Amino acid sequence: MERLGSGSAPGIEAGRLTPAEYETNFADLHPRLDRHEALVAADRCYFCYDAPCMTACPTTIDIPMFIRQISTGNPLGSAKTIFDQNILGGMCARVCPTETLCEEACVRNTAEDRPVEIGRLQRYATDIAMEAGRQFYTRPAPTGKTVAVVGAGPAGLAAAHRLAMHGHSVVILDAREKAGGLNEYGIATYKAVDEFASREVEYVTAIGGIEIRNGQALGRDFSLSDLTAQYDAVFLAMGLAGVNGLGIEGEDLAGVDDAVDFIAALRQAKDKATVPIGRRIVVLGGGMTAIDAAIQAKLLGAEEVTICYRRGKEHMNASGYEQDLATANGVIIRHWLAPKRILGKDGSVAGIEVEYTAMRDGKLVPTDETGVIAADQIMKAIGQSFLASGLGALAMERGRIAVDAESRTSVERVWAGGDCVGVGEDLTVSAVAQGRDAAESINRVLAAGIQPATAVA
Amino acid sequence: MADIRNNFVGIKSPNPFWLASAPPTDKAYNVERAFKAGWGGVVWKTLGEEGPPVVNVNGPRYGAIWGADRRLLGLNNIELITDRDLYTNLREMKQVKKNWPDRAIIASIMVPCTEEAWKAILPLVEETEVDGIELNFGCPHGMSERGMGAAVGQVPEYIEMVVRWCKQYTRMPVITKLTPNVTDIRKPARAAKAGGTDAVSLINTINSIVSVDLDNFAPNPTVGGKGSHGGYCGPAVKPIALNMVAEIARDPETYGLPISGIGGITTWRDAAEFLALGAGNVQVCTAAMTYGFKIVQEMITGLSDWMDAKGHQSLDDIIGRAVPNVTDWQYLNLNYIAKAHIDQDACIKCGRCHIACEDTSHQAITQFVDGVRHFEVMEEECVGCNLCVNVCPVENCITMEALPAGELDKRTGKVVDPVYANWTTHPNNPMARQAAE
Repeated sequence: MERLGSGSAPGIEAGRLTPAEYETNFADLHPRLDRHEALVAADRCYFCYDAPCMTACPTTIDIPMFIRQISTGNPLGSAKTIFDQNILGGMCARVCPTETLCEEACVRNTAEDRPVEIGRLQRYATDIAMEAGRQFYTRPAPTGKTVAVVGAGPAGLAAAHRLAMHGHSVVILDAREKAGGLNEYGIATYKAVDEFASREVEYVTAIGGIEIRNGQALGRDFSLSDLTAQYDAVFLAMGLAGVNGLGIEGEDLAGVDDAVDFIAALRQAKDKATVPIGRRIVVLGGGMTAIDAAIQAKLLGAEEVTICYRRGKEHMNASGYEQDLATANGVIIRHWLAPKRILGKDGSVAGIEVEYTAMRDGKLVPTDETGVIAADQIMKAIGQSFLASGLGALAMERGRIAVDAESRTSVERVWAGGDCVGVGEDLTVSAVAQGRDAAESINRVLAAGIQPATAVA
Repeated sequence: MADIRNNFVGIKSPNPFWLASAPPTDKAYNVERAFKAGWGGVVWKTLGEEGPPVVNVNGPRYGAIWGADRRLLGLNNIELITDRDLYTNLREMKQVKKNWPDRAIIASIMVPCTEEAWKAILPLVEETEVDGIELNFGCPHGMSERGMGAAVGQVPEYIEMVVRWCKQYTRMPVITKLTPNVTDIRKPARAAKAGGTDAVSLINTINSIVSVDLDNFAPNPTVGGKGSHGGYCGPAVKPIALNMVAEIARDPETYGLPISGIGGITTWRDAAEFLALGAGNVQVCTAAMTYGFKIVQEMITGLSDWMDAKGHQSLDDIIGRAVPNVTDWQYLNLNYIAKAHIDQDACIKCGRCHIACEDTSHQAITQFVDGVRHFEVMEEECVGCNLCVNVCPVENCITMEALPAGELDKRTGKVVDPVYANWTTHPNNPMARQAAE
């Protein structure tokens, strides 16, 4: 086929594919089940008692119930069952690693190695409700209390919605141009097509009483003490702003990029043909970010994409399903390789020298054996770190905000949740659970404050 | 190879699978296709009296219920007897019988309940040289409003009278088809026997409203905003049919009366069960209407292979074999004690046995053992009811194990008695106490 773009040109180029190829490559990874498919899939659910899938879900969605509601022709009721526990159930249906959560726990695995398609059923129900514009929750009379939420990502949105359900006013302050956090900027394009993240923000905030202020960064535009002075409570959910560096030679060469920036730029690009991509790419890391970056690099027309991970397959944070998805898309995954030096030519990346590693006595050690992989682009996906200022004396723990079991920080009337605290698994669904539960904790405190004083008997 | 050739009241067919009188047997085209597919016989769709034929509704005639994956479990219909001209049917029947001499063709008949009407039609049918007649006393809708079908089948005296006319005016074997829409199926069977019938066939369809259209609040199938009760058939009715067949097979007054079994037969196994309960052959309709005529090939090979595996030579080896084991509740052995046993290797830990037992039965299955999700039967609570077996999604994961004589029943604290003892002699039975006194 004749290519309109720059095909297999060396260097970092945009427009490597035909328009049709871009469209195919970035289409919905798992299109929504149609009604019949959903009924067939729902029929496989056994309606387990004290269901293992429900226990495995960080937000404890009543999965057997929502599937039964689908099978009885009540997708709206099903959606409400989902949203009762997880107002971002639509995005979670798309991005949850269900293969390590609900679907891994499904008892169907024991009998036939094939779980009920819980994620896709969840998407079926939530899509129907959201496309119908069906709102299940109404905001009660305002309590007069206002809560500041820092960060409009999954934790912040979940907290804001739950606070609004209790009648509190919420102001969300977000540093980016668009709300949604990682749902908007950090998810592979083919997992959330058709502006789903922003549509979901609209759906969640439609309950009312939630104001989102964009372009407001903590430490730059306001400080935590400003918030505690102005609001009745504060929920910190700004995620992780820092990206871990390699600390090796050549890291500042042109063509060494952060995978999260690449993923964000691709998501935001209206025309994927404008996104430049290398011909040969090495992605460093072993998590979901590495996988998402590698697959999408391939989908943009990169000729060769190699993930280098310094430990073994079994140590990768990316699930087996995600790894398979990568290899099915032509990504090569190499294990036990650590970056040693990035090689340049005329100021740009020319390759990477890697060193084989080994596990000795439970410790990862270099082996002295090295090799070179030719590359014109290196993507770093070796983790993100907490980076924030303006927090004053807020106590930290292992580099993130310290919280107790109710998500309370060391500062009175300040709660925190999502990736910026150290307790979660850095999953959207965990962030939602933390935001929701923090909101309940905040509400308990605020509600106690607004109750009329009890007369002494 | 097992011999599955069938001889039912002298009517021979290469296998015991007949198509029941219904839409699949309405005309030569369908019946020829059925015979090509392998069906042993057909009961031609019911003929009415000479004259303008009946008319059917021009809207939907069927309603259904479905199981998982929209598998059809029950079908209901409001279709009437043949709406084709009597002589067209007779001409086609004669021709098809000529084309397929080794297959059975039975004429189903429904005419008004007068001696003249029956006397008039019988010679016309006899002239076609088909193998026998079936009296349609079952059809529960439409025709019954005109004093035919189930309206006759629900009055034993009418059954006896019409059967007697038929035996008087034709030499052909007479099969009397019974309606299940009665309280005691033995009464119409006894009446048919008293009238001299050669056999009974059952069940016809059951009065039913299959579902209600909740948008316009009318029963399905809805014809112009209204619905009528229809006749229910398909896999869902099989248990009802099996019981009625067994009731007639074990009734001393009708014992030995040939029975053609009908009702939800879908597989060879269903057919074998009817045969075991005393049916001399079986008739099928809904399964063919759902899957087409080819299903008979599964039935033929399935039945034959099973008979081979079990060493049964011919149908006579299996027909009626289960009848002696059908008894009244009062004769069941109360000293037989069974307990559920869960195969932990097969268990998938869905918890359905636990919640069924916990919520609705005897609280005899654990949910946790030592803090771990684990489903195990507590024998001291288990009454052996079998509910857990039936709700378990894994076949043979839960089994009922009989306690051997001499073993302690942990629930009652008593040792299992080897002696058969039933309710008639049980001390709690007031009648038994009276007898002892």
